[in-house]
Amino acid sequence: MALQSLDITRRSATTTPSPSQRKTQEVAKLIDISKCIGCKACQVACMEWNDTRDAVGSNHGVYDNPMDLTENSWTVMRYAEVELEQGKLEWLIRKDGCMHCTEPGCLKACPAPGAVVQYSNGIVDFHEENCIGCGYCITGCPFNIPRLSKKDSKVYKCTLCSDRVAVGQEPACAKTCPTGAIVFGIKEAMLHHAEGRVADLKNRGFAKAGIYDPQGVGGTHVIYVLPHADRPEIYCGLPRNPSIGPMVELWKGAAKPLASFGLAMVVAASFFHYVTKGPSEVSPEIEKEFEDEK
Amino acid sequence: MQVTRRQFFKFCATGLGGSSVAMLGFSPDNALAEVREFKLTRSTETRNTCPYCSVSCGLIMHSLGDKAKNVEASIFHIEGDPDHPVNRGTLCPKGAGLVDFIHSPNRLKYPEYRAPGSKEWQRISWDDAFSRVARLMKDDRDKNFIAKNADGATVNRWLSTGFLAASASSNESGYITHKAIRSTGVLAFDNQARV
Repeated sequence: MALQSLDITRRSATTTPSPSQRKTQEVAKLIDISKCIGCKACQVACMEWNDTRDAVGSNHGVYDNPMDLTENSWTVMRYAEVELEQGKLEWLIRKDGCMHCTEPGCLKACPAPGAVVQYSNGIVDFHEENCIGCGYCITGCPFNIPRLSKKDSKVYKCTLCSDRVAVGQEPACAKTCPTGAIVFGIKEAMLHHAEGRVADLKNRGFAKAGIYDPQGVGGTHVIYVLPHADRPEIYCGLPRNPSIGPMVELWKGAAKPLASFGLAMVVAASFFHYVTKGPSEVSPEIEKEFEDEK
Repeated sequence: MQVTRRQFFKFCATGLGGSSVAMLGFSPDNALAEVREFKLTRSTETRNTCPYCSVSCGLIMHSLGDKAKNVEASIFHIEGDPDHPVNRGTLCPKGAGLVDFIHSPNRLKYPEYRAPGSKEWQRISWDDAFSRVARLMKDDRDKNFIAKNADGATVNRWLSTGFLAASASSNESGYITHKAIRSTGVLAFDNQARV
């Protein structure tokens, strides 16, 4: 694995460690919900860069279009009309997409070697050529992001434009954002930027403003500035404490070595049984009995 | 080759055992992880201005080929020009989707003419279009041009024709358009020049 343009920290279904001497800077994308006007330029730029095109949808009476993430729409704007106080309507718009977790549930759940990788800069990327289309990553994701394509039975999601970041550019959505609601840089700088935004929002009367960088998944490489950080679920169901599901933890954690051990024991026992007892012999009498029956 | 029933079972068991061991992670993996190739590395970059609104964002258009004689260039990607003072690299959803506007099957690429009362559009040449517009303007101006008002003062105005120019014009082209159109006496004129 010498020819890759980004160093890999983790590979799905792989136990051999990745080369880890080189240190790269962790990157992050900051989405400032208070600055977003819901124009969907990020959605368009994402499709344009990644050469995907979603089908023309239909109007559902809301601004959401498409209504959910798809294998072609790796990011969507979600619009919520929330009345936190009587008579004070707030229009909360959240850009949804992969959060690029430090502890990715998709990677943990994936049984196909190398279909999900995590780079040392924090990006979690899907390599569709290795994907077997089982959909375990969808179950494993605490944010319900990956989508299975009906066309090729492979799973797609935001790559944080790993092809752009690998050559030192920013993701397409961050570049295009007209209001500067999406910012990209190293994670430290993004957290610093977010702190400044939170302080500004607090001055403007959003006392509960804060940063969304959930520690249940080890922190994320897509972070939000939320004007109401005490209630993340009002932003179209942003999970309060996201973590990898218990079944994924069990099957890919404790149960996996046990199963491997059990299987190895069965193989070893069969071998020793064969060596000590040998193949089962059929006595000449029984052989003759069968011959006579014919 | 003669295979006994017992040998057949042995082959099956060996195969199953071998593949099980391989699936446990004892086999070397050959899949090389690599990000998608950066698609702009040696594309031809051309600067332009977004055609939609009067904000006139700067664009960089990336096209196929290096403008060599035997290559037909085709734009495959457009993004904001980070050095442009208006947008500094950003684009709105319309600008961000410009590449599909360029390759749209509905895009108008040549002048078309629809006769009065007709439902059919017919393709005409640029020369025909310019000649027809010039002819009609000249006829209208000759008929309706007002050189002097009732008091005998020189006014030189032409009120029966209006002119609408591009939205994404620079100040300079706005100035030239203004000079050219005003010189004919047209008063009703807008070129949305805010650039």
